[in-house]
Amino acid sequence: MNLNATLIGELIAFTVFVLFCMKFVWPPLNGAIEARQKKIEDGLAASDKAEKELERVRLEAAEQLTEAKTQAADIIDQAKKRAALIVDEETTRGQQEREKIIAQGHSEVESERSRVTEDLRKQVATLAVVGAEKILEREINQAAHSDIVEKLVAEL
Amino acid sequence: MAAEEVTLSSHIQHHLTNAKMCSTDAGLAFNKACADSGFWTWHVDTLAWSIGLGLIFLWIFRSAASKSTTGVPGKFQCFIEMIVEFVGDNVRDTYHGSSKLIAPLALTIFVWVFLMNLMDLIPVDFLPAFAGLVGETAFGMDSHDVYMKIVPTTDINLTAALAIGVFLLMIGYSIKIKGIGGFIKELTLHPFSSNNKLVQVILIPFNLLLETIALVAKPFSLALRLFGNLYAGELIFILIGAVGLMQLPLHFIWAVFHILVIVLQAFVFMMLTIVYLSMASSDNH
Repeated sequence: MNLNATLIGELIAFTVFVLFCMKFVWPPLNGAIEARQKKIEDGLAASDKAEKELERVRLEAAEQLTEAKTQAADIIDQAKKRAALIVDEETTRGQQEREKIIAQGHSEVESERSRVTEDLRKQVATLAVVGAEKILEREINQAAHSDIVEKLVAEL
Repeated sequence: MAAEEVTLSSHIQHHLTNAKMCSTDAGLAFNKACADSGFWTWHVDTLAWSIGLGLIFLWIFRSAASKSTTGVPGKFQCFIEMIVEFVGDNVRDTYHGSSKLIAPLALTIFVWVFLMNLMDLIPVDFLPAFAGLVGETAFGMDSHDVYMKIVPTTDINLTAALAIGVFLLMIGYSIKIKGIGGFIKELTLHPFSSNNKLVQVILIPFNLLLETIALVAKPFSLALRLFGNLYAGELIFILIGAVGLMQLPLHFIWAVFHILVIVLQAFVFMMLTIVYLSMASSDNH
């Protein structure tokens, strides 16, 4: 073994290299690695969170859609019922109206008829009296026999 | 030895010799002139290659760091971040304290040692021969006097420097976390302990001996493991390089195997550094 001053030189070189490495090489490299690891970790966590959020929102949307569908079905149902009700009501009302109109017609006709009948009766009575006058012109006094004529008219 | 009588052993010797530099009374001297300069000799090839590779490491990683984005990373940034994360994971798994130093230390050791080990895969004769050519033509030297060892981790000085750096950190962390008293207690009251005060005092020297050996063994094993593995690997590359045409398949096989070794040794050095520092900063013995 020939140990000599080279040892001292190498020791100094070694120290300088290690110090340089410690000051200017290791911290930026290790820092970059650690910062990137942190970044990736954060990114993964964020993507996980976003995925969960997406799942949650999707479920919520589906729920809302179902609810809306039920509501729409309800509304349609109600509208149908309402329509049926309205149709029923209107039909009944129409029926009543018709009946009323018919009844009115009937009563009008009836009153007309009774008026005409009365007229006819009076005319017949008059005619009968006239006829009877003509027959009895010679025989009967109109005044003496008016009670009989009256009786006759009432019987018609 | 003369240039013309190049034997196998001299060839190997040439490959395993560092380029030396020292200052003498006559000014800077190189190689053989430094034979007896003692401790104050500099292995210029080890220094140049290791510092150069260290600067390449820092340049690559710094350029990735300055362009780094927290958004979608490019391929280059991905590659660099893969290494950073690999080291960071190992540190987090092994070192449970909070320290801003351990991770960059581990990264520096791993990549730097890997790059230095990687030099082993460059065919052994290429760069030394090129250096010899340059020395011969540019400086008029005998090419056999130009030494060039391109794998810095095959130089015990480098591995020892790394291990000593780690060892100092171990002691520093021990004192910082447990205090000087705690550190001394750890060295003296384990592994043998007794409730009897007198027995405990008697046991202190044994404990101190054992714990000191255990402590000092750590940097030794760090330095020698890396040095031994790479030195042996280099030696085998040199031997394979000396057997003529047969070296091609042999070299290929050994290089493929060595790909594993260089990564593994860099990883082992890094892991052991983390483990030792983790042990130094943990209280429970």
